[in-house]
Amino acid sequence: MTPFVSLTERDEREMLDAIGVSSVDELFCDVPEGVRFRRELALEPALSEPEVVAHLEQLAARNVRDEVSFLGAGIYDHYVPAIVDAVLQRGEFLTAYTPYQPELSQGVLQAIFEYQTAICELTGMDVSNASGYDGTTVAADACYVAKHVTGRSKVVVTEVTNPQVRQVVKTFAPGFGLEVAEVPHRGGVTDPDELAEAARDAACVIFQQPNFFGNLEAGRELAAAANEAGALAVAHVDPLSLGVLEAPGRYGCALAIGEGQGAGNHQSFGGPHYGFLAAQSEYIRRMPGRIVGETVDAAGERGYVLTLQTREQHIRREKATSNITTNQTLLALGGLVYLSWLGPQGLRELGETCLGLAHHAKTRLQEAGLEPTFSGQTTFKEFAVRVGRNGADAVRDARAQGVHPGYPLGRDYPGLDDSLLVAVTEKRTPADIDRLVEVLAS
Amino acid sequence: MKLIYEKSQSGRTAYTLPRHQLETPELPEALRRSEPPRLPELAEPEVVRHFTELSTRNFGIDTGFYPLGSCTMKYNPRVNERLANLPGFRDLHPLQEEEGAQGALELMWRLQEALVEVSGLHACSLQPAAGSQGELTGLLLMRAYFTERGEHEQRRKIVIPDSAHGTNPASVTMAGYEVTPVKTDARGNIDLEDLRGKVDEHTAGLMITNPSTLGLFDEHVEEIARIFHAVGALMYYDGANLNAVCGISRPGDMGFDIVHINLHKTFSQPHGGGGPGGGPIVVRDTLEPFLPVPQIVSDGDTFRLEFDRPKSIGKVRGFTGPFGVFIRSYAFMRMWGPQLKRMSEIAVLNANYLLARLRDAYDLPFDRLCMHEFVVSARGLKREHGASALDVAKRLMDYGFHPPTVYFPLIVPEALMIEPTETEPKELLDEFCDAMLAIAREAAESPELLKDAPHDRPVRRLDEVRAAKRAIVRYGFEDHPDLGGEPAEPRQLEAQKGA
Repeated sequence: MTPFVSLTERDEREMLDAIGVSSVDELFCDVPEGVRFRRELALEPALSEPEVVAHLEQLAARNVRDEVSFLGAGIYDHYVPAIVDAVLQRGEFLTAYTPYQPELSQGVLQAIFEYQTAICELTGMDVSNASGYDGTTVAADACYVAKHVTGRSKVVVTEVTNPQVRQVVKTFAPGFGLEVAEVPHRGGVTDPDELAEAARDAACVIFQQPNFFGNLEAGRELAAAANEAGALAVAHVDPLSLGVLEAPGRYGCALAIGEGQGAGNHQSFGGPHYGFLAAQSEYIRRMPGRIVGETVDAAGERGYVLTLQTREQHIRREKATSNITTNQTLLALGGLVYLSWLGPQGLRELGETCLGLAHHAKTRLQEAGLEPTFSGQTTFKEFAVRVGRNGADAVRDARAQGVHPGYPLGRDYPGLDDSLLVAVTEKRTPADIDRLVEVLAS
Repeated sequence: MKLIYEKSQSGRTAYTLPRHQLETPELPEALRRSEPPRLPELAEPEVVRHFTELSTRNFGIDTGFYPLGSCTMKYNPRVNERLANLPGFRDLHPLQEEEGAQGALELMWRLQEALVEVSGLHACSLQPAAGSQGELTGLLLMRAYFTERGEHEQRRKIVIPDSAHGTNPASVTMAGYEVTPVKTDARGNIDLEDLRGKVDEHTAGLMITNPSTLGLFDEHVEEIARIFHAVGALMYYDGANLNAVCGISRPGDMGFDIVHINLHKTFSQPHGGGGPGGGPIVVRDTLEPFLPVPQIVSDGDTFRLEFDRPKSIGKVRGFTGPFGVFIRSYAFMRMWGPQLKRMSEIAVLNANYLLARLRDAYDLPFDRLCMHEFVVSARGLKREHGASALDVAKRLMDYGFHPPTVYFPLIVPEALMIEPTETEPKELLDEFCDAMLAIAREAAESPELLKDAPHDRPVRRLDEVRAAKRAIVRYGFEDHPDLGGEPAEPRQLEAQKGA
């Protein structure tokens, strides 16, 4: 069996004759004998299509399903409308590559232009790239932008920024020639004065809004602290919060970044998703990754092309603003279809629904004797709650009853061993929340 | 065609969401959204029609032949889409407890094992999000390796051939290294004499694609490995062209220490109009301790994530990598099984067949058999008839083909880089050759056919200079410029402030 191959034996013979060799093996005459692989690859036997489907269905069945889940911590169980999947399965989008030839790629180019517009509208920024890998790598990208804009060699990240975002920044910082400083939280949020102190000599300050604990930061004050120190203010935002929460471009941020998954991508065990990165116009020529721009064709008609390519690796090589080539276009297209389905009214209603459900969950838990970890803080769709014992134990016991109650914060924050991070999306119901309270309070 | 924002009508909606009789708490005014985002307002049927119409203005492998060199545009099996969308995979949260994600962990572990076998090395991390992120990850592994040996300050240089992808030098800079370029010799191999003069105790490593971007297997790869290993440097294999050599020659056996594999090329993850990709790295045992966290490990029948790896470089991306990509590539490898070598053989056969048919009509910079792709030059057509590689590319669209990669690698003027992959039938390869030969004749007889091409696309050739100069990168709503209207002075758009 040779799957997905069209050559017959006769074709092969004719082609070898045309080439002027007698066997396929002869085509590899340039591969030195010393590096030729002379046994068969030790891979498992080939499967037919029905067999591969059965095999993967068995694997998929070994993952949990039908659990009432309050897991979030960066990836969320928001509803993905049917039209998103339908559009992404169009072969013309699915099986194309980067639109190097614009005359054959107006579909994806216009879609990315529309995506860039949507991200700019959400974040209040002037320019968005065509996508980054995910919500962690865009933070590293932002640091690279800030290093070149400011010429400084330190970046500041708040401790209540998603731990994975912080880890990724720390991985890449040494290569970028950057040091990373973290600012601790005070009662679940960042203190602007403390941030201002740390921001001195910093290239940028990254903070998350709502922060990892779900608490709303004083965004305007944090951005001001960065700006006063001459550091770029970078807000890591939840796109689905931006129907109800202010756009970072309107409270002094230079860049807005985030994880796009909740807006139009399935959870898919962590990917592929899209990260977004948007900026004020003055940073446009330092932006990482692909950008689509509008132009005209030879007949004067409007059209779209990849633009500002002198920033990019295939032209600028070692001086490029990033090494991004393959990005997350299809997932970003999913984001655009999703945001087109929601519209401004849907985005606002979704935000209010999540806000209402999460508030209901927090209140119900409190009534059952489970106090919020950070009292007095305003939250959006996620909040930390004390469960009166080790969070990991609480998760284990709740799961035995068919509920995943949330992420144990003790994994990343020593001292919060008794706290769970509970996420409530529009897919959870008041009845689901009743079950959450029941399993956690028991 | 109108933008979706130009079709928007205030008050139209597509969404439906559950509504509960719950109190919505008031947000503090300072944090509340002041003006709503101007997202599109359309009913669902019009949203679907918009994106369907856009799709008809796009060309994918499902549409036709897509010989984009170095991108390995092979058929993407539809069954893989069904598998990636199994609810047990699609709806799985990445922070689910390991006990509730055994199927996903097993799939990733099995994929790792298969990639280890294909690359001839020892340990794999699936985490990097794309090939260029794999490169950067691999370079950070080199840093960690030399830092542990106390040699990091001494070793600053990464050697890269002049035929390399632009991502290689860009990654080198981002890893805090310096690029040392090395020349290509008259046969298209790395120039050994130039190389010997550039590799010393200050060299951290080599970064190459083999076969190279010229589609040629480096005949001196064993000697190159000796040169680098003799000075204690490491060898990095850019797996962009792995589709040529699966089961034929393994990077580990060639002497490489670190490999990245482009799952969206060799292992058929659909390219998605630009992504997603997957860039797993596979390394020699000496580099295993430095791999990103978490690692996926097997305890017999159960699988878990290992975070406690003190020498690890850290995380390069969220969670364990782009899982949906792993599903597709694993399924693809399982359908080939040990015969994977046949995939590479046919890819190489197809490329050599095209080369044999085109070699007389176009200039051939290196007269050798090729691997899975080859580079010809339109230099002769340009000199004699004024027809450039770009003109040939645009004219190919009139014949119904996606053009090859053009103007790359940089060392070949008027380059056309052609990669057919293993999935194309001979009839189609012949049609493509007929078109290429016809275009070469047209260049002599009626060059305007090339200059004016393409003729039947939704747009004519686009003004890229103007796009870069004016930089309109978002819809401007009521202020959107009428580009066709040719204003006397280019309007100062907000995005133009950049330095």
